[in-house]
Amino acid sequence: MSGVPSYVRLANEIAAQFAHRSPADAAVAIANHVKTTWDPRMKRALIAYAESGATDLSPAAALAARHLA
Amino acid sequence: MSLLKEPDFGTPARPGDATTELTIDGVAVKVPPGTSVMRAAKEAGIDVPKLCATDNLEAFGSCRLCVVEIDGVKGTPASCTTPVRDGMNVRTQNERLGKLRRGVMELYISDHPLDCLTCSANGDCELQDMAGVTGLREVRYGSGVDAGANHMDAPTDSSNPYFDFEASKCIACSRCVRACDEVQGTLALTIEGRGFDSKVAAGAGVSFFESDCVSCGACVQACPTATLQEKSVVELGMPTRTVLTTCAYCGVGCSFKAELRGDELVRMVPYKNGGANEGHSCVKGRFALGYASHPDRVLEPMVRDTIADEWRTVSWDEAISFTARRLREIQAAHGQGSIGAITSSRTTNEEVYTVQKMVRAVFGNNNVDTCARVCHSPTGYGLKQTFGESAGTQDFKSVEDADVILVIGANPTDGHPVFASRMKQRLRQGAQLIVADPRRIDLVRSPHIEARHHLQLAPGTNVAIINAFAHVVVTEGLVDREFVESRCEDFDAWESFIAQPEHSPEAVADITGVPASEIRAAARLYATGGNAAIYYGLGVTEHSQGSTMVMGMANLAMATGNIGRRGVGVNPLRGQNNVQGSCDMGSFPHELPGYRHVSNDDVRDIYEKLWGTPILNEPGLRIPNMFDAAIDGSFKALFVQGEDIAQSDPNTQHVFAALGALELLVVQDLFVNETAKFAHVLLPGTSFLEKDGTFTNAERRINRVRPIMAPRTGKQEWEIICEIAQAMGYPMHYDSAAQIMDEIAMTTPTFAGVSFGKLDELGSIQWPCNVEHPEGTPIMHSDKFTRGKGRFMETVYVPTSERSTRKFPLILTTGRILSQYNVGAQTRRTANVAWHPEDMLEIHPHDAEVRGVSDGDMVALSSRVGRTELRAKISDRMPVGVCYTTFHHPVSGANVVTTDSSDWATNCPEYKVTAVQVDLIVATSVVAVGNR
Ligand code: SF4
Ligand code: SF4
Ligand code: SF4
Ligand code: FES
Repeated sequence: MSGVPSYVRLANEIAAQFAHRSPADAAVAIANHVKTTWDPRMKRALIAYAESGATDLSPAAALAARHLA
Repeated sequence: MSLLKEPDFGTPARPGDATTELTIDGVAVKVPPGTSVMRAAKEAGIDVPKLCATDNLEAFGSCRLCVVEIDGVKGTPASCTTPVRDGMNVRTQNERLGKLRRGVMELYISDHPLDCLTCSANGDCELQDMAGVTGLREVRYGSGVDAGANHMDAPTDSSNPYFDFEASKCIACSRCVRACDEVQGTLALTIEGRGFDSKVAAGAGVSFFESDCVSCGACVQACPTATLQEKSVVELGMPTRTVLTTCAYCGVGCSFKAELRGDELVRMVPYKNGGANEGHSCVKGRFALGYASHPDRVLEPMVRDTIADEWRTVSWDEAISFTARRLREIQAAHGQGSIGAITSSRTTNEEVYTVQKMVRAVFGNNNVDTCARVCHSPTGYGLKQTFGESAGTQDFKSVEDADVILVIGANPTDGHPVFASRMKQRLRQGAQLIVADPRRIDLVRSPHIEARHHLQLAPGTNVAIINAFAHVVVTEGLVDREFVESRCEDFDAWESFIAQPEHSPEAVADITGVPASEIRAAARLYATGGNAAIYYGLGVTEHSQGSTMVMGMANLAMATGNIGRRGVGVNPLRGQNNVQGSCDMGSFPHELPGYRHVSNDDVRDIYEKLWGTPILNEPGLRIPNMFDAAIDGSFKALFVQGEDIAQSDPNTQHVFAALGALELLVVQDLFVNETAKFAHVLLPGTSFLEKDGTFTNAERRINRVRPIMAPRTGKQEWEIICEIAQAMGYPMHYDSAAQIMDEIAMTTPTFAGVSFGKLDELGSIQWPCNVEHPEGTPIMHSDKFTRGKGRFMETVYVPTSERSTRKFPLILTTGRILSQYNVGAQTRRTANVAWHPEDMLEIHPHDAEVRGVSDGDMVALSSRVGRTELRAKISDRMPVGVCYTTFHHPVSGANVVTTDSSDWATNCPEYKVTAVQVDLIVATSVVAVGNR
């Protein structure tokens, strides 16, 4: 858990809750949740992290970050 | 004299319509069937003399002072134990009755010290009153010490820190015993012996302090004489005036009469008409007040340039201009979003409202959060998603109609004692109890109460259990189809989700550690046992799936139709006195007051117009985000209102690093708390005895907090906020707290009908209070849910990542104890420390044995983030592999070991699950002290 920035850990934790849904559905749900509850600087950091191609982000969370961009 | 003495009707009210008509002393009166003649007389304005009766206890009929004559009835029956009948004709006064009563009084007085003039109860003694009422003039058997065999030498028990038991004055009326049984439900007292030898005892041969007594004070309040008397009354004398106010400890929100002598507070007496407590209290609210006048209180503002400097005491003007200047400088250097504030659930709605307004209107961002983040934020989220409103569904009184009570992750007898007493009354009447908790809390087995099921689940598996409950309901045909079809949505998808075999009790038995048959039986009981009510606490919310669990409970309640009437519902037992209120007041970074999202243009428009400034439409930082942002350098200044985040928030090292990285930390508090060690400005706060405002309790009840003295600091806390705002260039001014409430009502639909005037008139109001519900709403969602249809949510069980490992093989969970309150800043500064001088680590005998740990040994408790030391207490309340501690004392610092694991939806910390190791430090074998 340590080592990754907290917003990555948080995004992955949200993603885990929607793991039973299809990746596309899950990404929409994650993006919605992030949009309604995250401070803009954290959103920006998440988007930048996803764009950097780092692999610590779960696939659904990475897809969600793209929706947010 | 303005001492408020509530009328005493002698026996409890009976439910139902007033249909029984009788005549008492020629006065016709109508009362509900089952009412006593004594109570009917009082309703008719006639006082019957009495000693052993009082209206919060069932009649006992021992003193025979209340005798009356009834046409057609032989002898002179006791009016307190005689129920009314239609057409009865009763006489309460005549010569014969007067003589009988004087005879009774003669016997009492002959065995009572005659030191009325110097007695602490002089002026507040029912024995004295009755001697007057009955016209007693002589005592034929001798009196006081001149009488024959008597109890004048009986010793006084002063062992309780707050009250004395002066046995020589006892008239053996048994009111104390019955108060302990019926009101408090602890059953600590008995009457020992018979006839002349009968006397009150707190257990066999032990003092009050050593007994099971929890020091609630109900017996003291019930005692008609000076036998059980507050030490403060003995010391200071009888109070002479009353101010009605609200307890500032827990979310029960008990109403109190603050009784003063001049300007000195003598005692707190729970108020009979208090909606939350109806005349009862716990040891904290009644007695633990010494902190308000403790010498540690800071009364003047202090500032310093760096935290290495000494504090400088300064004037208010200097403190305020320093704060305002530094905040603006930091914003100029690091951006509008580089500052923020944390509101407190200990302060009033009006104080919280001004802080969030300062953040939104003056700081120009949404970086405001509240300490509810670390306790009940998942409640807000989960209930909003499912029911549409971030609040509990019932009033406390509703529990009187519950047939099945499901308590999950709460320890009401310690955490919410006055509500626990109500719940226990209902359980003693026969309601069934299910407890889901890793720890065997007191409620599982206590006098006359035994849980039908104690589901001793592994910490972190709540969602698996609640899903299994729902699985049983769905697959065994126990769904309330009519309710679901007419009131809810998204049921079909949820039904097929929850019916999947992975949610069955059999599938989760290994995960939860609870046998499948036990889960099935408990679920059937919940679904079929009549009105079923869920009560829950931080054992639900403080988990990585706290929000999921709240939604899971809401699903279960909807599926079984247990919502929208008395006796049912989903009820959070809120921790702090004003958690509900601080959340209602717009303390969350994504919500304006009334839980309306900041992205909602219409809502922002209301405030933008009124406040004359734009409001950001994106959420701000939550508390843990603030800490992260402080460490990464984008967040530089924090205003903390009445909260000790350095002690109360998880992963202490991380919090310390964050606070240490701030350029400005402003702390508003009563004391130089742990957080203040990192602060640059300390603004002294007011205790609840000085505050003017409102608190909102766990049942959405808005209660008035009235000052009994002017602020000892010279300023109300909301005034300080206004002055900082003004110094930052924004005109913010209120004449009074009432005016702040008017603004809240004007802008928040759920508060539309609330005002101080109406609160004074009605006593309290449960929001929503508006045109449809002008006097408030005790039970929510009765015809339709706040969001229209109740929404079923899929609740997937995701195991927490915080798991036991070879290095950290035990799971630590945390909780509170009755006598102490949270970080203990207040209760540690009162005589309550007598009950809980230190935090202890409860560890199972098996886990202790393999580590060579004995009761009382000092042990090291370590997790992947930290290590602390505390004393071990061997206890089989937890299953093997789980240990438990409280977190009231900074020296043990339980949060040194808790991690930054948190609820996925709200970031509420996962205090309830930490993988730890326990190692013996030294085998001191000191017998554990005090931890009861
Ligand atoms: S203080 Fe409360 S618990 Fe103690 S004996 Fe009195 S009624 Fe019982
Ligand atoms: S202690 Fe007070 S309440 Fe209890 S029996 Fe004696 S006089 Fe009555
Ligand atoms: S139950 Fe809570 S509100 Fe009531 S007296 Fe105790 S601490 Fe105060
Ligand atoms: S008051 Fe009725 S018997 Fe004592």
